[in-house]
Amino acid sequence: MIEVLAPGPYATVQDLGRPGFAHLGVPRSGAADARSLRLANRLVGNAEGLAGIELTLGMARLLFHDGAWVALAGAPLDTAAGMGAPFWVPSGAELRLGMPAWGLRTYLAVRGGIAVEPVLGSRSTDSLSGLGPEPLRAGTLLPVGPPEGEISVDLAPPPEPGPAVLRVTPGPRDDWFAPDALGVLCARPYTVSQDSNRVGVRLSGAELVRAKEGELPSEGMVTGAIQVPPSGQPIVFLADHPPTGGYPVIGVVREADLPVAAQLRPGDEVRFTARPGR
Amino acid sequence: MIRTAGEHGLLVETGSLELSHRLDAALRADRPAEVVEIVPGPETVLVLAPGADQGRLRARLADVVERERGKGGAVAAEGAAVTIPVVYDGADLDSVAALAGISVDEVISRHSGRELVVGWLGFAPGFAYLTGLDPVLEMPRLDTPRTSVPAGSVAVAGPYSAVYPTASPGGWRLLGRTSVRVWDVAADPPSLFRPGMRVRFEPA
Repeated sequence: MIEVLAPGPYATVQDLGRPGFAHLGVPRSGAADARSLRLANRLVGNAEGLAGIELTLGMARLLFHDGAWVALAGAPLDTAAGMGAPFWVPSGAELRLGMPAWGLRTYLAVRGGIAVEPVLGSRSTDSLSGLGPEPLRAGTLLPVGPPEGEISVDLAPPPEPGPAVLRVTPGPRDDWFAPDALGVLCARPYTVSQDSNRVGVRLSGAELVRAKEGELPSEGMVTGAIQVPPSGQPIVFLADHPPTGGYPVIGVVREADLPVAAQLRPGDEVRFTARPGR
Repeated sequence: MIRTAGEHGLLVETGSLELSHRLDAALRADRPAEVVEIVPGPETVLVLAPGADQGRLRARLADVVERERGKGGAVAAEGAAVTIPVVYDGADLDSVAALAGISVDEVISRHSGRELVVGWLGFAPGFAYLTGLDPVLEMPRLDTPRTSVPAGSVAVAGPYSAVYPTASPGGWRLLGRTSVRVWDVAADPPSLFRPGMRVRFEPA
């Protein structure tokens, strides 16, 4: 059992989400930076899809009622334990996690996984619909599952922060915009706004001008969709995005770059590129 | 036309809700490998298939659309209509009657007097946009949404009716309530409503 003493600014249990229910209005949800959750799980010998803790801007304190192997991946925290390698937390010990040096979301995996009750096959908190466990708060008790498999000792040092670049596949509604809109999107960096969350990264910068007026009938949305509301300021959809939406999507961030989008902090700058390849 | 929606998604333009439903039903009955989501909308169906050969999937979808378009006529009806008993005592019943210029009894008979079709789901898990509402009952949303609408509330807004699947904020006009659970995470499937399903309300 892990007892949350302090969750930091926002922390939730996340696995790889609940795919297959979008037609019933259920977001996929799951770790915003799924690559980091998978890595943290591998480091403690878990299957990649087990549930871990997604911390936003770190600052959590966790009391381990039982000893456990733990690993951290994603936004690198200033912690004695270290990132990207499994470490042992003894029974009765408190794990104190600091602020990330860069990035937004850190994933804590525990050997055996967080074993809260699944909802529709997933232990993820969906911040949009409220499905899954409540966000963590002081006093939340998190059961840990039985360990399976072996820890094959591994080391995955966190990458250095690079310039944030999101590669874009144009469409499906790029033709709803002025002919140069994709060029405008890619010309200058955008700034990440304060109201970003697990639903999406809201951006401010050059306005994307519509060519087509009127309403787009509601249609299915994919993760990474760059949706453009009437303000012309784009929103990149993350894990908890609504399954359908009514604003045109000028392009979609490539899957490999979703972890980059998920690590953007308010105030960060991000660039788009629509060139094929790199 | 089939549009690209990222590396793994294809957005099929159907142009009509009826064809969206037929394509949805056809794809669910004979699901192409690697398809994880089929999301019908009023004029589109989004098909999400990570790892699929996009060219091959695109060709197959084009074939299915062509075949379903050729069928024309009636919507592929999915079994019998679901009946939802409603206690018509909603907070907005009087104002809907006043706005429509008809009596409360007529609101009830017009709401329950015809078969609706589940268009698509969105806004919240299990929240179904029911199409085919009597045009007399088409209403603007409330100027100020309620902070909490109880689960089971039966409401109208624009050309749609809906049953609130869970307690949530909402700006639709409340006609009444039903004890039918339209959303239950413990059930399989969790949603009573699925796109294309026919629904009839009846006074409880």
